[in-house]
Amino acid sequence: MRERLRLGGGAGFAGDRLDAPVHLAEHGALDYLVLECLAERTIALAQMRRRHDPTKGFDARLTQRIESLLPVLARRGVRLVSNLGAANPIGAADAIVAVARRLGIPVKVAAVTGDDVLDALELDAPTIETGVPLSRYAPLVSANAYLGAEALLPALASGADIVVAGRIADPSLFVAPLMHEFGWAPHDVDRLARGTAVGHLLECAGQLCGGYFADPGRKDVPGMADIGFPFADVTQDGDAIVSKVAGTGGRITRATATEQLLYEVTDPHGYLTPDVTADFSQVTLAETGPDQVAVRNARGRKRPRALKVSVGYLAGYIGEGEIGYAGANASARARLAGEIIGERLGGRYAELRIDLIGSTSLHGRALDPRERPYEVRLRVAGRAATREEALVVGDEVEALYTNGPAGGGGARKLVTEQIGIVSTLVDRARVASEVTVREWNAHAEAL
Amino acid sequence: MPKLYDLAHCRAGDKGNTSTLSLIAYRDDDYPLLAERVTVDAVAKHLHGIVRGAIRRYELPQLCALQFVCEEALGGGVTTSLALDAHGKSLSSALLEMQIER
Repeated sequence: MRERLRLGGGAGFAGDRLDAPVHLAEHGALDYLVLECLAERTIALAQMRRRHDPTKGFDARLTQRIESLLPVLARRGVRLVSNLGAANPIGAADAIVAVARRLGIPVKVAAVTGDDVLDALELDAPTIETGVPLSRYAPLVSANAYLGAEALLPALASGADIVVAGRIADPSLFVAPLMHEFGWAPHDVDRLARGTAVGHLLECAGQLCGGYFADPGRKDVPGMADIGFPFADVTQDGDAIVSKVAGTGGRITRATATEQLLYEVTDPHGYLTPDVTADFSQVTLAETGPDQVAVRNARGRKRPRALKVSVGYLAGYIGEGEIGYAGANASARARLAGEIIGERLGGRYAELRIDLIGSTSLHGRALDPRERPYEVRLRVAGRAATREEALVVGDEVEALYTNGPAGGGGARKLVTEQIGIVSTLVDRARVASEVTVREWNAHAEAL
Repeated sequence: MPKLYDLAHCRAGDKGNTSTLSLIAYRDDDYPLLAERVTVDAVAKHLHGIVRGAIRRYELPQLCALQFVCEEALGGGVTTSLALDAHGKSLSSALLEMQIER
């Protein structure tokens, strides 16, 4: 059995940089590359694309990603694990095979399905966030259970070069290769917790390496235009050292790793995944060299009995309008403009929000900023049931050109359809995952 | 009175309508001061008007870090909020504006 495994974090969200994972796969001496590409809402949006076109519904940039990655993955013998499948993992496998055929690179892809539980939902089940029954959130567009590492194991055992799934808990994408290669058992909670800590550190890719960390003069990070994405060397016991390819931008220190370890953790004593209840409260992070941090001492307890389900629903529209004011008395004119809109639209929308960008748009007046900006931008956002009604917000702001305070400029308007997300729980026994294999090679085609 | 900005760094994360705010001392020696001064009550007072729900604090002395978990902090939740910064990413900067006594 191998003594250590090297896992790379190649994407932190669907829109993440395309070049960084290619460089990591080329120069990182990886065993596995993981691409985490599904935020909370991404799968609901993908489900809507799939309804429109049944061959779609996987990550919109999948083809682009695979075209750039497949040659280097094949050349370096790196296996890829990803949730790029979104609402259509089998469609994603077909798309990957199509790229392989075009590039003339043999590939075996295993698609993992079973996370889609929309048809199995009990609508009287309470949502975790509010306790209100799911039925109150209609129309529902998607419901995906967070599958764990175990759902990926048959796909890895199939010998596939690429495993593509939909909703899998982010750290589980990393835990699965560790279970597969090291033979970790589902009840080996301490090892699973350590693997989970590693996965949690790597799942946001650049965020471990100085990305989203830099603050000039205070937390300086070199070479941010070319941050190297991270990898972890993990031992059979789950101890790990996180690092990045030498010569790349960014930095990995105890400080960057601490920010990422705690990122989005609502209970450091009990970080819940489908695999384990991980206790990060005793985790130590120690710098062992330049851009090298050792991660130790995560502990595990029994995994949660139920699986979390992320449910997407149509939440109407948001209409927005913006306009800018500059120079003397800019704040007062922007405020007056906001008051005019408030008077004209007040009561018309379920919720109307008026911000002064450059002054109050992020934290209101809670912290009473003393700095008086040279320019202020009014932003109005309203929640509406229809697109037509949402459009009025921007129209009204634009009308400030001829009806509002002096000197307004740069009006913009925007309408976006909203997909809301709530969560509920589902019994594990009601969720069954499946593996579908697709492959291509020149020999098979000749036959 | 120093600002937290001078002593510590912070990253905000989001889960639904809950914001997580780490507070990590630059110098290990400053952690006891942070643990003493940056209480749940002090943070609730500082973020009044932004965080509308309960705040929990976790201590991670081996990392010289505190973790604040702030409920009802994201305008109803990331996916449907009208806020420009629906994730509350910039709340990290808001926390670091807090002043404490040495």
